[in-house]
Amino acid sequence: MFPEIGQFSLILSLFFALSLALVPLIGYWKSNKLLLEAARPLTFIMSALVLLSFVILSLSFLSDDFSVLYVAQNSNSQLPIWYKFSALWGGHEGSLLLWVLILSGWCSAVALKIKTLPEAVGPVVLSVLGVVSVGFLSFLLFTSSPFARLLPDVPLDGGDLNPLLQDFGLIVHPPVLYMGYVGFSVAFAFAVSALITGNLNASWARWARPWTAASWAFLTLGITLGSWWAYYELGWGGWWFWDPVENASFMPWLAGTALLHSLAVTEKRGVFKSWTVLLAIFTFSLSLLGAFLVRSGVLTSVHSFAADPTRGIFILILLLVLVGGSLLLYAIRAVEVRSTVSFGVTGREAWLLLNNILLTVLTFTVLLGTLYPLVFDALGLGKISVGAPYFNSVFTPIALLLMVFMAVGPLSKWHHTKFSVLFKVCSVAALGATLLAGLVAYFYEFGFIAGLSLAVAFWVVFLSFSDWFEKVSAGTKGIIPRARQLPRNYYGMLLAHLGMVVTLVGIVLVSVNSDESMLRLSPGDKVTIAGYEFRFDQMEQVKGPNYVSSKGQFTAYKAGKAVAVLHPEKRFFSTRQQVMTEAALDAGFTRDLYVSMGERLDDSAWSIRIYVKSFVRWIWLGGLMMMAGGLLAALDKRYRKRAGV
Amino acid sequence: MRKLLFFLPLAAFLILAVVFYLQIGKDAQYMPSALVGKKVPDFTLVSLQDDFVYMHDDLPNTPYLINFWGTWCPACHIEHPFLIELANAGVPIIGIDYKDEKALAEQWLEQKGNPYQVILMDEMGSFGVDMGVTGAPETFVVDGSGMIVYRHQGVINAENWPEIKGYMK
Repeated sequence: MFPEIGQFSLILSLFFALSLALVPLIGYWKSNKLLLEAARPLTFIMSALVLLSFVILSLSFLSDDFSVLYVAQNSNSQLPIWYKFSALWGGHEGSLLLWVLILSGWCSAVALKIKTLPEAVGPVVLSVLGVVSVGFLSFLLFTSSPFARLLPDVPLDGGDLNPLLQDFGLIVHPPVLYMGYVGFSVAFAFAVSALITGNLNASWARWARPWTAASWAFLTLGITLGSWWAYYELGWGGWWFWDPVENASFMPWLAGTALLHSLAVTEKRGVFKSWTVLLAIFTFSLSLLGAFLVRSGVLTSVHSFAADPTRGIFILILLLVLVGGSLLLYAIRAVEVRSTVSFGVTGREAWLLLNNILLTVLTFTVLLGTLYPLVFDALGLGKISVGAPYFNSVFTPIALLLMVFMAVGPLSKWHHTKFSVLFKVCSVAALGATLLAGLVAYFYEFGFIAGLSLAVAFWVVFLSFSDWFEKVSAGTKGIIPRARQLPRNYYGMLLAHLGMVVTLVGIVLVSVNSDESMLRLSPGDKVTIAGYEFRFDQMEQVKGPNYVSSKGQFTAYKAGKAVAVLHPEKRFFSTRQQVMTEAALDAGFTRDLYVSMGERLDDSAWSIRIYVKSFVRWIWLGGLMMMAGGLLAALDKRYRKRAGV
Repeated sequence: MRKLLFFLPLAAFLILAVVFYLQIGKDAQYMPSALVGKKVPDFTLVSLQDDFVYMHDDLPNTPYLINFWGTWCPACHIEHPFLIELANAGVPIIGIDYKDEKALAEQWLEQKGNPYQVILMDEMGSFGVDMGVTGAPETFVVDGSGMIVYRHQGVINAENWPEIKGYMK
């Protein structure tokens, strides 16, 4: 009975989404206030109905209702309760429902904040979001309903959740990632409503900024979580694989980063107007593209859901309507926009333009690498796969260049900066950064690229702090009161930029200064890896609650001093006749030590894997800093003012 | 002219959409491996049946298949009966029990029969990483000189077997 209510509630929400897509737009054209005001309640009802069906599906999972096909496929009565809940998004249908739920959440958030927008704008934005909702709700209902029943032959138990997905990382990773993906539909809705109403001035950029920053922060966290999960779950020390699905989340991130900066320029200076609109459409399109690639089966990946051509066709139609439609609207409307403001080559606009160009190039680099095999195959030229070497060799230099300019942008002033001022600060920073990085590279024997990357990192740190210091030391008030006066927006930017640096340092050091060894060791043996001496102290048999464990003890010494004791285990579960390997990991700020026991080779010797990964945590620490920066920027007081006040 | 410029994004998107349309429903599973033409990577794995440690040198020196499977993999259920047919026809298959639990694997073999000459346990998936496996089932053809000559992603069945068999020389 309940699953039918869930299904019915989804159908109803589709009708409300349809009305939301139409009614406010008609209201806008007829200048009918009543129809415009319907946008808010329609949004809330649509969202409540989606929430209801989500709750019902969760209850079906929690109560092991295996008469529901989707539950039977993805859950099992033996699963712990939190995995039963997260199994909801373990397959295509449920994850799409989660997607729709998050979309309606963003719609409601816009509806709640509608007072910050002019009377005619808010409803049109909600209406565009209504169109997007119609698309995804009908995709869900027509091709992938999660409420289909297995009647009358109800299975006794479910087929279980893929063991790889039974992990904490995968409970939180999809929802956070979707928050980011779907969040960009808000920026998209602002852009399209600006095209519809013809108000392509700076104001839409101002409204779209906090929403874009918030979704960007979520996407950053989602990607960071995914990378961290891959590292500890797969256990091979890799943290990014250039897998098509990773790329699918990375492309909107790159485009979204460009959008964040472009929106700032459009808001402050009224330039790049049509470009920013295009970028908003582009960012959202890349999110949709990600959904298409993962769910249509055109690319293989560890993440793909079961391929189904009808779903592929449906998303393709969805892409055509949403992306094609908005690009057509863009082609017709954006022509009319002309910028009247000019700027100099040393103005902040110019640096941000450079930022946009480089980020767009990066996005296309990844897009090309991801789609090249597809295009190649479509032209009948055969199958190829583009791997990490392509991405690393093309991506790295452009990304480094981007970071060089990243530090200069904030230093410069809008319109025009005195070249001599800029030159003075930058040459000092360049000198300092080169010296420092040179010293580090010399002492640790790093290669050229690693040394260069470190120089870039120092350069950004120097320039960021000198900019902050100049801002707080000007005037007579004293440093601390002035520092507190700087807007959150500014600190968000600073934090995110430094986060980039922290991630860069992590990437560089883990790639040049890590060691992975697979060894044959017996108790009493010593081995030195990357400056750490590992001593295989002893093996002991330990009895656990339901297993017997062969537990090794390793002590890691750095310069003669013990720094960590690691206990990798091989657990033998006698009741289930099953052996589980428990690796030991000593996480540290500057390095991770990782010891894992392989097979027993003879009476005393074991095959042992030892990794020393320097600064690997920094990769994700930087991601967290960027996320915090994005949230801080989204929460800037400036955005909370009411329209017209 | 300026007007046409603004249609450029739309045109680019439409071309891409056509490419996507052509690709839908195609067999994305077929993907040649970078390992083709190379030797099977080194490994130390324990066999499921007798806990004996197998190394690279223990591999057969006649053409054979390396089949990655796991009890957690739904498609492997479908593939299994065909593998049994192959084994009965005398095709040597080395099974790699990929990211799986020993007890479940033993139960599976008891119920469905064993098409494999040897089953090696790759609990952590390390050998899978070395072989560039993206999922299960996945099968490699190794020739008499120990070279990987072909990789097949997905289920082997009566339809695609003739092509795979062609590589077994």
